[in-house]
Amino acid sequence: MAQVSSTSNEQSSTAKSITLKISRYNPEHDESSQFMEFNVKYEKWTTVLEAILDVKKHFDHSVAVRYSCRQATCGSCGMIINGKPRLACFTKISELDSDVVTVEPMNNFPVIRDLAVKFEKLFDSHQKIKPYLIRDDTELVSDEKEFLQTPEEVEQYIQFANCIKCGLCNSACPTMATDSSFVGPQALAQAYRYVADSRDKGKDSRLKIIDDSHGIWRCHFAGSCSQVCPKGVDPAMGIQLLRGYMLGFRS
Amino acid sequence: MPQDEHKEGIGGMMNPTRYGIERVAYLLMRLSGLGLLAYFVAHIYETSNILRGQVGWNEFLELTQTTEGHLFLAIVIAMCVFHTVNGIRVMLGHGGVGVGKPARPDYPYDPASQNYRHKIGIYSSIVLAAVAAMYGLAVMFGE
Repeated sequence: MAQVSSTSNEQSSTAKSITLKISRYNPEHDESSQFMEFNVKYEKWTTVLEAILDVKKHFDHSVAVRYSCRQATCGSCGMIINGKPRLACFTKISELDSDVVTVEPMNNFPVIRDLAVKFEKLFDSHQKIKPYLIRDDTELVSDEKEFLQTPEEVEQYIQFANCIKCGLCNSACPTMATDSSFVGPQALAQAYRYVADSRDKGKDSRLKIIDDSHGIWRCHFAGSCSQVCPKGVDPAMGIQLLRGYMLGFRS
Repeated sequence: MPQDEHKEGIGGMMNPTRYGIERVAYLLMRLSGLGLLAYFVAHIYETSNILRGQVGWNEFLELTQTTEGHLFLAIVIAMCVFHTVNGIRVMLGHGGVGVGKPARPDYPYDPASQNYRHKIGIYSSIVLAAVAAMYGLAVMFGE
């Protein structure tokens, strides 16, 4: 596709420039994806998302990208940046140490257009493992009105509660790369998050859901999910701890 | 596999270059597993030659006494040792052993499950496989 040069005069004179290669693909009329190159100026604090938005503002407004919070909280802007799944808003161009930055849609997710992918399956899998506290009683009828926990009990799951459902773990997972039915590291880590919560009583029903040939037993502990997680959730740890519990290694 | 799922496929699954030594171990584990399965089938065929009598058996055994045969067996030894040692590491990991404890993560969020114990396990598997293969070669070529 055509190469476009930067003419932005809003950047300061200290700005360097990189070639930003954006994967363009519209499933409605394109047979395959193609890269479009843009010359973009950046400062040391410029993120990949800001560079993409710069392209949209100055060169091609039709580039499709999903984003919202710009601070690694909403989980919307996951994409493949220089070959690895990352959040565009959480990745500084200067940290990539490359004159060429390539952005592609996340693997293992259907492409809507360009860099935007469908999250339906991720959310379906997440919903499948019942991501909420299951109890017979509720706060409304409890005399204490709270389910008290010790700091140690909170430590058991709080790391996994940081998940922002960005899908990077599912994109990096080698099992997800070939198995369309695999529930995925995101949902499995969230299953552990609730099983490990001392307030929750839905352990048996959750374990029944993930005890499947395309469930927890499909994880082979490659660990790529944990390496790409932008929030330190470490899904691989949660999955192994959960499996250790199911195998009887752990109480 | 439906095209619109945008799956990485076998090529992405087999690519060991992006996620460190853990993904290399993941690939080697699969390759050595398939290799040992192929060897197992070949081994059954090999031993079935005993039905051809002593002459047939000796004829087939001569195939393993060539340079190519020695190299093939050295690779089998390496695959066997790597698959065993790394398999023990993976089995322990699957049981939640040595994967760290849940804790509030601090930036830059180094995953506790990818800790030095598992890295040592992976490197040990590779080194032991190489040593075993070299020992096998020394024995076979030293005859």
